[in-house]
Amino acid sequence: MTTTVSRPELEVAPVTATSGGWLHELRAIGIVWQRDMVRMKADPARMVSTLLQPLLFLFVLGAGLSAAVRGGTGGADFKTFLFPGVLITGILFTAVFSAISIVWDREFGFLREMLVAPISSSSIVIGKCLGGATIATVQSILIIALAGTVHVPYHAGLMFGLLGIVFVTSFTMTAFGLVLAARVKSVQTLMPMVNMLLMPLTFMSGSLYPLGAKAPQWLDIVARYNPISYAVTSARTIVIHNLPADNPTRTLFTGLTWLGWPVPAWLDVIVVAGVGVALLSVACLLFARTE
Amino acid sequence: MTKTAVAACTTTEAAAVKVRGLVKRYGPIEAVRGIDLDVTPGEVFGFLGPNGAGKSTTIKMLCTLVTPTAGSAQVAGLNVITQRTAVRRHIGLVFQETTLDEYLTAEQNLKFHAAIYGMSRRAIRPRIEAVLDLVGLSDRKDSPVRTFSGGMKRRLEIARGLLHSPRVLFLDEPTIGLDPDSRQVLWRYVDELRRQEDITVFLTTHYMDEAERCDRIAIINHGTIVALGTPAELKAQVGDDRVRIVTGDNPGSAKRIADKLGIEAAPDGDALLVTVPDGEGFVPKLFDVGISVQSVSISRPTLDDVFMAHAGRRIGDEEAAAAPRSQWMRAMSRR
Repeated sequence: MTTTVSRPELEVAPVTATSGGWLHELRAIGIVWQRDMVRMKADPARMVSTLLQPLLFLFVLGAGLSAAVRGGTGGADFKTFLFPGVLITGILFTAVFSAISIVWDREFGFLREMLVAPISSSSIVIGKCLGGATIATVQSILIIALAGTVHVPYHAGLMFGLLGIVFVTSFTMTAFGLVLAARVKSVQTLMPMVNMLLMPLTFMSGSLYPLGAKAPQWLDIVARYNPISYAVTSARTIVIHNLPADNPTRTLFTGLTWLGWPVPAWLDVIVVAGVGVALLSVACLLFARTE
Repeated sequence: MTKTAVAACTTTEAAAVKVRGLVKRYGPIEAVRGIDLDVTPGEVFGFLGPNGAGKSTTIKMLCTLVTPTAGSAQVAGLNVITQRTAVRRHIGLVFQETTLDEYLTAEQNLKFHAAIYGMSRRAIRPRIEAVLDLVGLSDRKDSPVRTFSGGMKRRLEIARGLLHSPRVLFLDEPTIGLDPDSRQVLWRYVDELRRQEDITVFLTTHYMDEAERCDRIAIINHGTIVALGTPAELKAQVGDDRVRIVTGDNPGSAKRIADKLGIEAAPDGDALLVTVPDGEGFVPKLFDVGISVQSVSISRPTLDDVFMAHAGRRIGDEEAAAAPRSQWMRAMSRR
């Protein structure tokens, strides 16, 4: 094997000494996030397919339930009530699944490429968490766009409010997925596990029916310990507040209470964000320790 | 090959890899038992040993992926225990298994790497072009990696390992699982790399012909280094050259060789077998003493014999399961 390829001398580009420190870590977070964006763009089919579940909930389950409960709701539109719940439920799976992509990264070796780099493993985890939150938020735009079809008004404040809540919730759920991904190393084990955890969380969050006096007492109590209830309640609060004052759908809604004290919507969001930050910290610790 | 290593030894430059009394224990098991090692800048250093001999553990300690139990190690003049991040910035790693994102293009994989290694933004584009050119993948930079062959992926990984201009490039079994052609191509690029970049290459391999291409090799067995030197030195330690001579009159020739040269020539089938330190230097003497030589062949101890002597088994036994075909081919070509 003789090669007489003559190439110009390579210019040796020294690694800049200035890198390191938090700027370098921020850049690492950015590129991990950006990779998720590139992959999302490369695979639009996946995003559309994950929309199916919320659409089924909203227009099939919603239509069926509306018809069944019409007599008892005093003219309220159940689909309007359902909308924020479906919005939040829809992003749960997207967020958790995008976190799980780190398990694929582990399986295909790319996680190793990230972990041997001169960066903190926390930067990878944080970048991944922001990536998952962004993907879920982008997807939710498609659901939010359907608001008018279930008589939710297109007020700018409401739309941005919903997006904000969606982002915070997605962030928390991605962090939740990352905690799972840190401990469970095989995708085959993780997939059923995610379903097993997310289904009860969804059903015990009041996303598909009213909590408070209308719900069985045990369910109302359980929901208070479920972070997703807070996400759903905050989204529902701002939707209801943007309905006309005489809209009968308002009567279906009751917020969460702590020892009888009604929790304001902003505090709901803070609860969700707090849980997210806690989960993210746990994920960072787990990745730093085990990989 | 060896001249560069020897010459570099005499310079005052700090060792590329410097290991002193390095130990790694996993519970009661001592995987690495206090090894010393110096790798000179610019060298291609081969690290050989049977599976479970402590090879991977040593490499992992040098790459800061595993913390040593005792001893010290410096890579590019940086301490692997106290300066982990700095060490990582100055080494390139290519693992046995692929660590590329198959859904990204070649260039996207490299850009990702540039960012997490904190390369200066201006340097990225020219450097990506340079390393892709070095491994002959410039025309495929926009292809998703999943469309690449095994050999191309490995070359891209080497390009990526070089991207941030590391001082030391670690290649862990860089050709495992590749077909013989791809292995040849890959080595051509490693040779090219030696010419173009100021870099030290530290590699492990199971292939004898690849070990031959190293400036120096070390053999590790049961957690200690049992042999260290240039391939020629190690082979010389194991034994002498064997010269096989076919003559018109074997018994007569044997007598002449014994009388005139004082060397015993043993009959070997229809030929005579002579064992001497310097086979090539010996052949002209045959003509001096007036033997009618019909044919002569010289065989040297191979690195395989070296490995056998130090590790107690053939080096090829290891990867037999991984690449039976190429091992068979090597066995055929050796004779």
